[in-house]
Amino acid sequence: MSKIVFPAETLELVKKIIARYPDGKQKSALLPILHLAQAEWKWCSPEVMDYVASLLSISSIEVYEVASFYTMFHLEPVGEHVIEYCRTGPCCLMGGVEVYDHLKKRLKINTGETTKDGKFTIKEVECLAACGWGPVFQIREKYYMHLTKEKVDEIIDELSK
Amino acid sequence: MKILTEHIDVPNIDTIDVFMKHGGYSAVQKAIKKMTPDEVTEEVKKSGLRGRGGAGFPVGMKWSFLAKPEGVPRYLVCNADESEPGTFKDHYLMWKSPHTLIEGMIVSSFALGANTSYIYVRGELMYVINILEKAIQEAYDKGLLGKNILGSGYDLDLFVQPGGGAYICGEETALLESLEGKRGNPRNKPPFPAVKGLWQCPTVVNNVESIAATSWIVNNGGDAYAAIGVGRSTGTKLISASGHIKKPGVYEIPLGITVEDFIYSDEWCGGIRDGHKLKAVVAGGSSVPILPAELILTTAAGEKRLMTYESLSDGGFATGTMLGSGGFVVMDETACIVHNTLTFAKFYHHESCGQCSPCREGTGWMDKVLHRIEHGQGRKEDIDLLVDVAKKIEGNTICPLGDAASWPVAAAIRHFRDEFEWHIEHPELATKPGAVFMRKGASWTK
Ligand SMILES: Cc1cc2nc3c(=O)[nH]c(=O)nc-3n(C[C@H](O)[C@H](O)[C@H](O)COP(=O)(O)O)c2cc1C
Ligand code: SF4
Ligand code: FES
Repeated sequence: MSKIVFPAETLELVKKIIARYPDGKQKSALLPILHLAQAEWKWCSPEVMDYVASLLSISSIEVYEVASFYTMFHLEPVGEHVIEYCRTGPCCLMGGVEVYDHLKKRLKINTGETTKDGKFTIKEVECLAACGWGPVFQIREKYYMHLTKEKVDEIIDELSK
Repeated sequence: MKILTEHIDVPNIDTIDVFMKHGGYSAVQKAIKKMTPDEVTEEVKKSGLRGRGGAGFPVGMKWSFLAKPEGVPRYLVCNADESEPGTFKDHYLMWKSPHTLIEGMIVSSFALGANTSYIYVRGELMYVINILEKAIQEAYDKGLLGKNILGSGYDLDLFVQPGGGAYICGEETALLESLEGKRGNPRNKPPFPAVKGLWQCPTVVNNVESIAATSWIVNNGGDAYAAIGVGRSTGTKLISASGHIKKPGVYEIPLGITVEDFIYSDEWCGGIRDGHKLKAVVAGGSSVPILPAELILTTAAGEKRLMTYESLSDGGFATGTMLGSGGFVVMDETACIVHNTLTFAKFYHHESCGQCSPCREGTGWMDKVLHRIEHGQGRKEDIDLLVDVAKKIEGNTICPLGDAASWPVAAAIRHFRDEFEWHIEHPELATKPGAVFMRKGASWTK
């Protein structure tokens, strides 16, 4: 992997984020910057987390303990598209179980796995605050709602292109 | 009567010009130019507005507890972590009409004397964070945020903070830890955030909907707000309706309509989906006790149940529930109570921060035991074991997540014990895909 450094415009943004908090409280910028780091490098490797620590002048362990607490941060490599489906009650009432089973069959992987070609990873997550529009999954920032088996196929076809 | 969502379907209401054309930011004008911070607080007190995040604590009273030592900054933090299963109203409001929240943030920050405020949004809603940040920039450009707002000498900076995917960060002290860049472990109370909150400074944490309602209160007066609703349940409430209804979605209701009306009227949920019957409702998010059809529609005393804090909790936990966050999950006869309870138990197991052993271990036990019941390996003694574990968690933890985990399990067994027994006694039937126990003679059994 090439050297881990944010592009210049992201570094500008990092500076702006740190300025949201009082002097000396730059550690508050940790979650926003971890999100930027994950957007840049797809997952939070130890090297990425060390880099984030250096940007905030905090120790690496302070980053590790936070990244491992919050479920959005991937601590292992993931595929190009990470599909995070909601497995909580209200989505299940709307047929979520069948839809997600279909997704797993279609991609021939289980929850927590990545397809051989590295294109897709499936993760199971808790309620995404979209219960009335379920079943739901999320790929990066985008919510896919009112899912059916057919819709899942369309989304996968589109992303496989 | 719509207070928060009156203009929510107006095209481009998420842009400041359209929002202002519909009366937006008039509360900022009025509060900052014509009122003192104490006068704003007084109106909010008069309104009877209660916290919409779940606990229902009076907002004005919370504000009046805020410590105001000289020379120490005070903070307002908006709780937009919304992660309670069944709840999606804050998501809806911020996505459709971000300025409604921002206006409320300015008014509320002014009342509290905060010069920096944060909106903590669950990280999964990154697209909503982008919407809010764009809207905040528009407000800065119009001089509604920043230095010397509307020439009044009052300064306010407003920032959005993303979470990282942790339900526990909705608990206000865990939220503050998270905002300080730490793991979301709830703090011991006291001290309360009103005295020692963000960076040990006095802080008020309020829900999105609570804060958004303050603009209308400033514009129309606390008395006008209090005139809506019934008794101590004043004003309107956003209800997130999901499950087996004809029209799932977010509805703003005047507190005090009947539950029956809410479920069956075309104005709201539109009734149970065709050909099916109401079986059970979780009325206030996953944490509150589930009730069977009869008890959600009428209280044990035979009165029509209302959508109010008081009526929903009538009868205590024996026959009642709670309004909670307003996450209204409706189930028809096809819903398996054991399966639904299992998903909630898994949720709390996953979301326990692990600090207190009754919660950390107990949520794991409940998940495990429910899992085996659902998968045909239940034992006769498992039902009492679940009740016992739930009892041992309740009241023995640092934060209310422990209670929130134990209540749904205890209530499901209280009202649907026969369904758990059937799973244990007839695993060969219960594990068939889609199999659901039909109680003889129940109103939902066909
Ligand atoms: C486990 C747990 C999760 C919570 N999640 C939320 C939440 O997502 N949003 C929220 O507003 N309040 C949540 N609360 C309640 C907050 O602790 C706090 O009471 C609330 O934000 C105060 O605002 P309000 O008085 O305006 O309701 C949660 C509480 C607990 C114990
Ligand atoms: S009750 Fe559970 S979530 Fe709350 S502090 Fe204790 S372990 Fe953490
Ligand atoms: S249960 Fe799936 S989004 Fe809430």
